[in-house]
Amino acid sequence: MIAELGLAALWLSAALSVLMMISGAMGLRDAASPHALYARPAAVVQAFLAVLAFFLLLYAFAVTDLSIKLVATNSHSAKPFIYKLTGTWGNHEGSMLLWVAVLALSGGLLGGLERRLPEKTMSATLMVQGFVALGFYAFMLLSSNPFERLPVPALEGGGLNPLLQDIGLAIHPPTLYVGYVGLSVAFSLAMGALITRQVTPDFAKVMRPWVLGAWVFLTFGITAGSYWAYYELGWGGWWFWDPVENASLMPWLAATALLHSVTVLAARDALRTWTIMLGVLAFSMSMLGTFLVRSGVLTSVHAFAVDPERGSFILGLLGLYIGGALVIFAMRAGSISEGKRFTVTSREGALVFNNVMLSAILAIVLLGTLYPLLTEAFDVRVSVGPPYFNPAGAIFAIPMFIVMAVGPLLRWKDDKPARIQFELALLAAVAIAIVALVAILGDYSVLAVLGLALSVALGIGALLPLKGRNIRRVPTATWGMIAAHFGVAVSLFGMASESAFTSEKLAAMAPGDSEVVAGWNIQLESVDPVAGPNWTAIEARVLAARGDEDPTVLGPQSRNFWSPPQPTSESALVTRWDGQLYVVVGDSAGIDANGNERWQIRVWWKPFVTFIWYGGLLIAFGGILSIVGRLQVDLKRRSAKAQGKARRADVEALGSSDGDEPGTAAAPEPAE
Amino acid sequence: MAMKAKHQRMTLVILALVAIVAAGLIAAWALRSQANYFYLPEQMSAEPPAVGQPVRLGGMVQPGSIATQADGITVDFIVTGNEDSSVPVTYSGILPDLFVEGSGVVAEGSLQSDGTFLATNLLAKHDENYVPRELEGLEGHDGNDDYAETVAGLE
Repeated sequence: MIAELGLAALWLSAALSVLMMISGAMGLRDAASPHALYARPAAVVQAFLAVLAFFLLLYAFAVTDLSIKLVATNSHSAKPFIYKLTGTWGNHEGSMLLWVAVLALSGGLLGGLERRLPEKTMSATLMVQGFVALGFYAFMLLSSNPFERLPVPALEGGGLNPLLQDIGLAIHPPTLYVGYVGLSVAFSLAMGALITRQVTPDFAKVMRPWVLGAWVFLTFGITAGSYWAYYELGWGGWWFWDPVENASLMPWLAATALLHSVTVLAARDALRTWTIMLGVLAFSMSMLGTFLVRSGVLTSVHAFAVDPERGSFILGLLGLYIGGALVIFAMRAGSISEGKRFTVTSREGALVFNNVMLSAILAIVLLGTLYPLLTEAFDVRVSVGPPYFNPAGAIFAIPMFIVMAVGPLLRWKDDKPARIQFELALLAAVAIAIVALVAILGDYSVLAVLGLALSVALGIGALLPLKGRNIRRVPTATWGMIAAHFGVAVSLFGMASESAFTSEKLAAMAPGDSEVVAGWNIQLESVDPVAGPNWTAIEARVLAARGDEDPTVLGPQSRNFWSPPQPTSESALVTRWDGQLYVVVGDSAGIDANGNERWQIRVWWKPFVTFIWYGGLLIAFGGILSIVGRLQVDLKRRSAKAQGKARRADVEALGSSDGDEPGTAAAPEPAE
Repeated sequence: MAMKAKHQRMTLVILALVAIVAAGLIAAWALRSQANYFYLPEQMSAEPPAVGQPVRLGGMVQPGSIATQADGITVDFIVTGNEDSSVPVTYSGILPDLFVEGSGVVAEGSLQSDGTFLATNLLAKHDENYVPRELEGLEGHDGNDDYAETVAGLE
């Protein structure tokens, strides 16, 4: 019954998305049309039904309903309960259902809550959102039905990939999906504004929270995914330039560019067409990511099933939406008049420069990701890894970080570099000093040294906008920018430090043996078999101590799951403020001279590696602050309006004293 | 500095285009020099890559060939392809979870002057759904036909 209800809910939502589309189109033709009324309710009900379908599937997984094919192939009655739940999206159909549910939910929130846009623009937006949703409903219903029944219920399920049996699966995919699919709203809004020629600052203010929200989730999802891969795979790496990782990075790069450009549009009425283009690009990258991951053109732990039919279906949708959007863009872009002017040395100028740099990095990542697929068409198999991505990306990332440190210090519209010459000199001096210092200390890779120097300069640069201001009166949104930029510096510092200073030791150790890694004394005490709910393992008892301190006991494991049968490696970590010790146990390594059995132990000391993820969290937190700040300003402005002219004059006076447009906001618009 | 609005838009478009084209050119150039080419054992015997050049070697681990050296962490094994070709591989490190004899493996590393392949990283099958792409169709008892096809496609 559950499965049938879920399927019915999906079909109904698909039908409602058609209604949304038609009603939206009616409203676009004539805002007074009586048929235009249905778009918003259709969006809301559609969201309700799609989310309901998702919860029904969640329920089926919770009770392990083995008459449903998807549950039978991907779950197991003996699995811990939390992994039964998270296993709902640990497979192709379930994760697509989550995708579609988030898509519908975004559309529902948009239709239900957004009241600031002109009716025509809103109708066009909902029409586009309905059209996008319809394509993905069709994909679900025609080629990836999650509710398919088995003719005869299975006796036991096939189980979930052990690598996915981790709390990471509860966090990483849902947050990433909210980010991916939240960008669909930015796409629909951009198309709606383009179709109705309403690319205005007001439109940008409506779009901005959506972009910020999606971006926060993307940032958080990528950070969580990186940390998950780091501790779960047991390889000691935190980013592998795996195509699937790139698939999540590309929308993030586009969304980062978009959120800065939409800020310029909201504050300064510039960059109109560029913002629209980025809106299209960001969601295109989301869909491309979905295509790469879900179509089977890539194989990775993320690609659950290889089915050419699904691949061509998503590719078709991708072509339809991106192609359609580009055609409309080409037709309409000329009629969007140019916004306000600005000089090269202004905050807009810096933002534009970094927008272009982000797009260039996006191009580098995109080409590197697609290149193996292209050569494969000519029967040449290549893989593209860090030797390509790191230097090619750095060519554009380094200028971007430099401008990023300086940009927020510039004024809007026009500024003289001489005004901030002290800050410029300070940042340059710090960067040069660090390069010199690190170069004296040892022989490290150029990129790592530059990364260290830039991260410190950027960290200082991120805080400089606070200089000479009353800390208590700095608007929340500005704190958001500072937190996010500082987060980038923190993350960059972690990356550079990890790549420059990591020490590693691989040894065959018998119980009682000890090794020294970067000041850590590592002793193998014993190796014993242990068992968990659905696995058995070899667990090493390792004592790790730095200097004279009391040793910490670590238990890295080499696990064997029995359903599905698969070994995994469970790393053990010691986290300190200045880095992480990472210990993995491998196979038996034969007998040593004294006749004791030896085990392979691999240990890394990674200085400041945790900063990578702290930075990621800070970036996301900055985004949240920024959203909160906007809401505050919004509420303030509304109450200000209500309180009459005198109060409004006050707010304007406050705004203009910061060099802002009068009435834009009580707070200066930061360039977070 | 201030330009006419129309000109400013043109300038911006040109700037963006230049940057993107530059990115494309850099990518194309870097991909040619940095892409890691995939070799089957027979290809490595016939046209060996330059000594020290990073490449990937993919094939089957010959049954009975895995030998751990006295240090306990260096492993020697032989990767076989079609046509009885084989390449000896040396690897120091923890073996991937599903690295077993008679199974597929992709070794990242470079060919040494003595003809052995020094691997810096091994990719083995992770689970039923995760096979290194190069090895698709190479796995298992029914893999022979597919394997022949894969190789035919490469030659």
